[in-house]
Amino acid sequence: MDFLSYLITGLGLGSVYAIIALGYTMVYGIAKMLNFAHGDVIMIGAYAAFLAVGNFNMPAIIAILVSVLVCTLLGVLIERLAYKPLRQASSLSVLITAIGVSYFLQNAAQILWGTDTKIFPTLFDFGNIGLFDGKLQISVLTFITIFVCIVIMIVLTLFINKTKIGKSMRACSEDKTTAQLMGINVDTTISITFAIGSGLAAIASILLCSTYPAVNPTLGSMPGIKAFTAAVFGGIGSIPGAFVGGLLLGILETLAKAYISSQMSDAVVFLVLIIVLLIKPTGLLGKKISEKV
Amino acid sequence: MNRLKTTFLGKNKNRTICMSMVIIAYFIIEALMISGSLKSLFINLLVPVTSYIIVALALNLVVGISGELSLGHAGFMSIGAFTGVVVASVTETMITNDIMRLVVAIIIGAIVAAFFGFLISIPVLKLEGDYLAIVTLAFGQIIKSLINNTFLGYDASGFHFSFITNNVVLDDTGMMLINGPIGATGTNRISTFTVGIILILITIFIIYNFINSKYGRNVMATRDDRIAAQSVGINIVRTKMIAFVLSAGIAGAAGVLYGLNFSTLVPAKFDFNQSILILVYVVLGGLGNMLGTIISTTILVLLPELLRFLSDYRMLIYAIVLIFIMIVTNNPTITSFLKKILNNKKNKGDQNDG
Repeated sequence: MDFLSYLITGLGLGSVYAIIALGYTMVYGIAKMLNFAHGDVIMIGAYAAFLAVGNFNMPAIIAILVSVLVCTLLGVLIERLAYKPLRQASSLSVLITAIGVSYFLQNAAQILWGTDTKIFPTLFDFGNIGLFDGKLQISVLTFITIFVCIVIMIVLTLFINKTKIGKSMRACSEDKTTAQLMGINVDTTISITFAIGSGLAAIASILLCSTYPAVNPTLGSMPGIKAFTAAVFGGIGSIPGAFVGGLLLGILETLAKAYISSQMSDAVVFLVLIIVLLIKPTGLLGKKISEKV
Repeated sequence: MNRLKTTFLGKNKNRTICMSMVIIAYFIIEALMISGSLKSLFINLLVPVTSYIIVALALNLVVGISGELSLGHAGFMSIGAFTGVVVASVTETMITNDIMRLVVAIIIGAIVAAFFGFLISIPVLKLEGDYLAIVTLAFGQIIKSLINNTFLGYDASGFHFSFITNNVVLDDTGMMLINGPIGATGTNRISTFTVGIILILITIFIIYNFINSKYGRNVMATRDDRIAAQSVGINIVRTKMIAFVLSAGIAGAAGVLYGLNFSTLVPAKFDFNQSILILVYVVLGGLGNMLGTIISTTILVLLPELLRFLSDYRMLIYAIVLIFIMIVTNNPTITSFLKKILNNKKNKGDQNDG
């Protein structure tokens, strides 16, 4: 019974990782860059919702919309100001810029809202649900998190495969120059990708902060690294990969916390990652691209 | 005379320039210290700056020369630092000379870090590109977690070790060497600036000799074209492994220097952000450019202190400076302008790559 409870909790945490990992993987797929500032967009999303509810007394739904809107705009703004001038630069320069953006967001948050940890307000109170005659108490929020993740996954897959924008995104990720020749506006497509990824980050931040209600300027860094790991775990650039990787990572972390040691759970997670990459060097669902001479 | 020429000029010209700049900088700083015109804040930063320079040089060997991205070099620094602290504390009664003890600690710390570098290079070097970077990131996290949960004590009957929970019981002569998340406390601060400078010189010497050796050329050939290198019979995994292990060892030595400069040292100091910071020094200094690395590390370590007058805004300015430098150095108009100036200079003397 305990195991089942851990499994469901792990699925909940994994869903949050999966949503964040989608942002990483989409940006990587299209812009071939590791966007280390993604974790900090989550943090801004959490503050946006926190302030919307705490300072402006907005209802929960509006607060979520505000958070999504702020993050989407922020994502596009970061891309336009910091990453776009570096389109032709080496991947290392882009990486350092992403780190710079990450520092900037963290320190801006510290100056604006202070370094202290704030309690995230309860947006929804659903209580617990009792399974097996009440022997197993699971928070409804966990189920909602898993549900939201599945919905996002389905909608995103449809969007990528069925719509015109989705098609141009796929084209850009394969070959930007050819895509441009086919009349696709590469810059707009990349901006849309950042917008979607950042909007998802806002949703992830609300789910994360509803489960662990603490908001501080470094809130995003650890989930950021974990979600990034999840994206690699599943095969970076692959959308189903991010989903599978995120869920597996969440389950693995929760089980390691429960059965091995809570302090060592990170080490276990990263060790499994190394082993997986040894067996499948491009992640679980990643494609092997053979090198041409 | 000819012999002297080949030792200091020709392919060794960069090494000579780099080493003499460090020596000149050392004498200037020593002179400033004697005349008392250096603030105590900066005097306290001297040893950390030298250790960051050494670890940045080590990382440049991997990123610049070998062409692999490592996001876990703080892990090697951490291994070196804690090994160094343990060795220095244990040998305190055996080796009474501080400098000798520091040297022994540095050597052992470097060997242990190099051993871990060897272990991690087995899985790492089978992978390519970003996947390789992730494994080094994962490795750094694992090292942090491991040291965070290590409890090590030493008393008359030897070492006492426990993991995750602190079960170490010591007699009254005993002392706690590594105390889990609290780390090492009460360390004797035996690192000195002079030793740091000598270690920088040794590092420059090792790295340049490596670059100019057969292995160095193999590594650079592999970096430039993996398949071509393989086709001329270079064992690419072994070649990259040598560079990686060497780099890990040097990073470990830097860690010892760093660890023995503070009376308390927490494992959380060497986290992902630390690895990233070191990478920033390397990229800003220029890939494969050792002198550039030394200069950029010095500036970037001191920059937050120099920006102290901005109080809360200093890290914000630091971030903006970082983004700004990256955008400017990658702007085609500016780079072509700079290239023009540099090319004029280049044509006058022969240029050695590396």
